[in-house]
Amino acid sequence: MIVAERKPLGEIAEMIAPYEKVCVIGCRSCVAICLAGGEKEVNMLVSAMGLLNRRTGRTQNLDGLVLERQCEKEWVKEVEDRILESDVILSMSCSLGAQTIGDMYPEKIVVPGLNTAIFGVPEEQGVWSEKCLGCGDCIIHTTGGICPIARCAKSMLNGPCGGSSDGHCEVNLELDCAWYAIHERLKLQGRLELMDMVRPPKEWNTSHSGGRRVIVREEARLTSHQKRATEESQ
Amino acid sequence: MKTGSNLEKVFEAGKFAVTAEIGPPQSANPEPLIHHAKMLNGSADAFNLTDNQTAVVRLSSIASAAIIMKEGIEPVIQMTCRDRNRIALQSDLLGACAIGVKNVLCLTGDHQIFGNEKAAKSVFDFDSVSELYTFNKLRNEGLQPGGNVLEEKPEVYLGCAENPFATPYEFRATRLAKKVNAGADFVQTQAIFDMDMFELWMDEVRSRGLDKKTHILAGLIPMKTAGAARYMKNKVPGMIVPKRIIDRMKNASDAAEEGIKLCVEQIDTLKSMKGVHGVHIMAVKWEEIVPRIAEMAGLLPRPSFD
Repeated sequence: MIVAERKPLGEIAEMIAPYEKVCVIGCRSCVAICLAGGEKEVNMLVSAMGLLNRRTGRTQNLDGLVLERQCEKEWVKEVEDRILESDVILSMSCSLGAQTIGDMYPEKIVVPGLNTAIFGVPEEQGVWSEKCLGCGDCIIHTTGGICPIARCAKSMLNGPCGGSSDGHCEVNLELDCAWYAIHERLKLQGRLELMDMVRPPKEWNTSHSGGRRVIVREEARLTSHQKRATEESQ
Repeated sequence: MKTGSNLEKVFEAGKFAVTAEIGPPQSANPEPLIHHAKMLNGSADAFNLTDNQTAVVRLSSIASAAIIMKEGIEPVIQMTCRDRNRIALQSDLLGACAIGVKNVLCLTGDHQIFGNEKAAKSVFDFDSVSELYTFNKLRNEGLQPGGNVLEEKPEVYLGCAENPFATPYEFRATRLAKKVNAGADFVQTQAIFDMDMFELWMDEVRSRGLDKKTHILAGLIPMKTAGAARYMKNKVPGMIVPKRIIDRMKNASDAAEEGIKLCVEQIDTLKSMKGVHGVHIMAVKWEEIVPRIAEMAGLLPRPSFD
């Protein structure tokens, strides 16, 4: 899932300060699960901004709502009226949701309430860790199911480096060294020979380094006829 | 002979090699380099020029090489993968070779979090092994990773580093084997303080015949103070400093002299260790001590091939 963190309240207050009508929009997907932009967090933010305004004698209309998925146009469309009524959208979704609204209503100003951080997994209550960088060419079948691109601070393909200390990463001794973990996993699986191979340079052109990526699945696309029919039915 | 570099000649002649390090200054002033070059000339076979070590911005290793070569000193330039992608690494390799650099040490590089530009975007397009693999292909076939073939092949003697004291210990000889397979002609080890542990690693290295395929330079750091020993034990990841070494430095009436003595003793042990082909002395911020250590360890004069 995508893991995000709420920006500091002061920064949010500053971004929305010039506007009277603020529409705060959360999302029930990833950011709700990581406790950053779900219903509870939207309500909390609206209250906090209200309190802040009361202290400074400021009047600002704060309208809070939550979408099923802010990155899909169909869900955004359902709250179009409230978007159009507002002076600014404070998106409490990941950047994908914020940009979806921005692209649908280009005249509207959208400000991000969250910092979108990682492709991660919940490790325990309140802890999420990064495990993928979306490089576009997955190799974890050769690394014991552990991604060195995301989990090694230097994205090494031939690790561990000389800084692996008691199985920890030199960059942050509280974190596991990915290649130490890969070594231990492959040992457990009886596949240590995978540690011996010289892995040649990675071809990064499947990653963001190859330019912005757009995935097209022709078989899933609508024909021009189907598109027209869908538009007419709306 | 791959390049006929002085370092290669020393190895090929079967002599016990000595390399040392010169840290480039944090300025555009070449004087400290010239000063060290003059002072160290003749005390080692080649001198490493570090590449923004610990991710602190310094005068570039290639420019430093050009400066010290004018003083008649042979450089080993370090090239890390932290700051350059494969385009820049290849370009810098060609540029270094063009100005007469013959020895290149391939390193992944310290993470920028340790340095003075923590907000930098890291590159790490390659790691040390893929850097070696690429440079080896360039010198043997002229073949670039992207498929292009160079008009002329660069002549370069390739080195790498390896740390016998990083985890998992059982993998460390295998990692050297990977680097040898990728093209490493010589290796400089992380600084040794635990000689018993180094012996264990060398056993493994010898049993795989790696000492016959590459030249092993045992890394040493002469210490000036007991604080330096404690710092390396506690603050430098992947470094093992036994308590007896720290105690010895702490109890010495003259710590710097004790550090020199210890280093000379280590060299004596290493000289008779099978498969060790030389020492790499990393006198961090204490470059001037190298000639004295080399003298005391009976390593002078250095062999000459002219």
